[in-house]
Amino acid sequence: MSAALLIDMLLWGSVFGVGLIAFRRGPPVFKASLREGSMDFINIVPRIALGVIGSGYIAAIIPQEVITGWLGADSGWLGVATAVVAGAATPGGPVIGFSIGTVALKSGGGVPQVVAYVVAWALFAFQRVILWEIPFMPARFVWFRCAVSVPFPFLAAAIAMVIGKP
Amino acid sequence: MSELSPKNQPPAEDAESEPRPGRVRKPIGWSTIIIAALVAVSAALVWRRDGTDGVLDILTHDLSLFGGILPRVLAGCLLGAFISEILPHEKVSRSLGPKSGLKGLLIGTAFGAILPGGPFTAYPVASALLAVGADFGATIAMVVSWTLIGYGRAVAWEIPIMGTDFTLWRIVISLPLPVLAGALGRFVYVRLYPKRDSDEDAA
Repeated sequence: MSAALLIDMLLWGSVFGVGLIAFRRGPPVFKASLREGSMDFINIVPRIALGVIGSGYIAAIIPQEVITGWLGADSGWLGVATAVVAGAATPGGPVIGFSIGTVALKSGGGVPQVVAYVVAWALFAFQRVILWEIPFMPARFVWFRCAVSVPFPFLAAAIAMVIGKP
Repeated sequence: MSELSPKNQPPAEDAESEPRPGRVRKPIGWSTIIIAALVAVSAALVWRRDGTDGVLDILTHDLSLFGGILPRVLAGCLLGAFISEILPHEKVSRSLGPKSGLKGLLIGTAFGAILPGGPFTAYPVASALLAVGADFGATIAMVVSWTLIGYGRAVAWEIPIMGTDFTLWRIVISLPLPVLAGALGRFVYVRLYPKRDSDEDAA
């Protein structure tokens, strides 16, 4: 069984679980949340469509070598800082982010720099923030969350430098 | 969990009578416009480089990706809506609110780590938590935990692409980060918005 299928089952299992709890609180509660969730879905779909269908084009015009060239093993803290910027600026979904990380590792990138890149990408890849986080969350929260997250790719790189390679 | 409140636990009726603070739904925000412009420029560049075939290749690939994601988006929206409806506000603000301390950050972290699904689940659920009384600190811990130590993306993407060794090692390094991010968020928040914080306490 593929991992994606397993995760889908967990996801829908959770939906049915909480849906059942809501239903036992009474049909009005259930109906209200069903309507609320469906309205969220309808409102979000155009933005998701734009982002998902468009991200392939954005990713296609960014040469990956430009990003991987920044992450060399001797690049030190400057390399970590560039990795953080590169992670935030990487367009596209997880395939692109992790592929760039793998290419960087294979082509002589430093492990702390690649860790900083992957963590920065996970924390604030601009496309995910704009496409997913801002539509669902209050904008004030999103900016606040991004701002306080800034030190953490550096911290991850520092831990990687201390504890060494995988 | 302390049970010092003298009144009896109120029944869940407040979930029904009081509409939850609804999210503001912006029809088309500036973020959509930025992405649309980026996509248009990129598509034009791809067309100039690879011609119509290049454009169509990417379009068909992304359309199938979109079709696969759509049901999960629906699941995420429903999950967020149900959770915000069934979680008792009082309990959430006690265990994830501004006064919840390290325990609140740990609960947020644990919740983010076990949450199934991708951004289509994490953000609606995080938004629901905020709406029912979690503070910025605990919600930040949850979002950061989901993105850094959640198994969803690691299993589906990171392990196949980057390998198991790197992924597990990267996750171990990331373990302390959600709690630290949440603590930093809380620390900055009460200094940035002292008034708002006391409002939340009163509510």
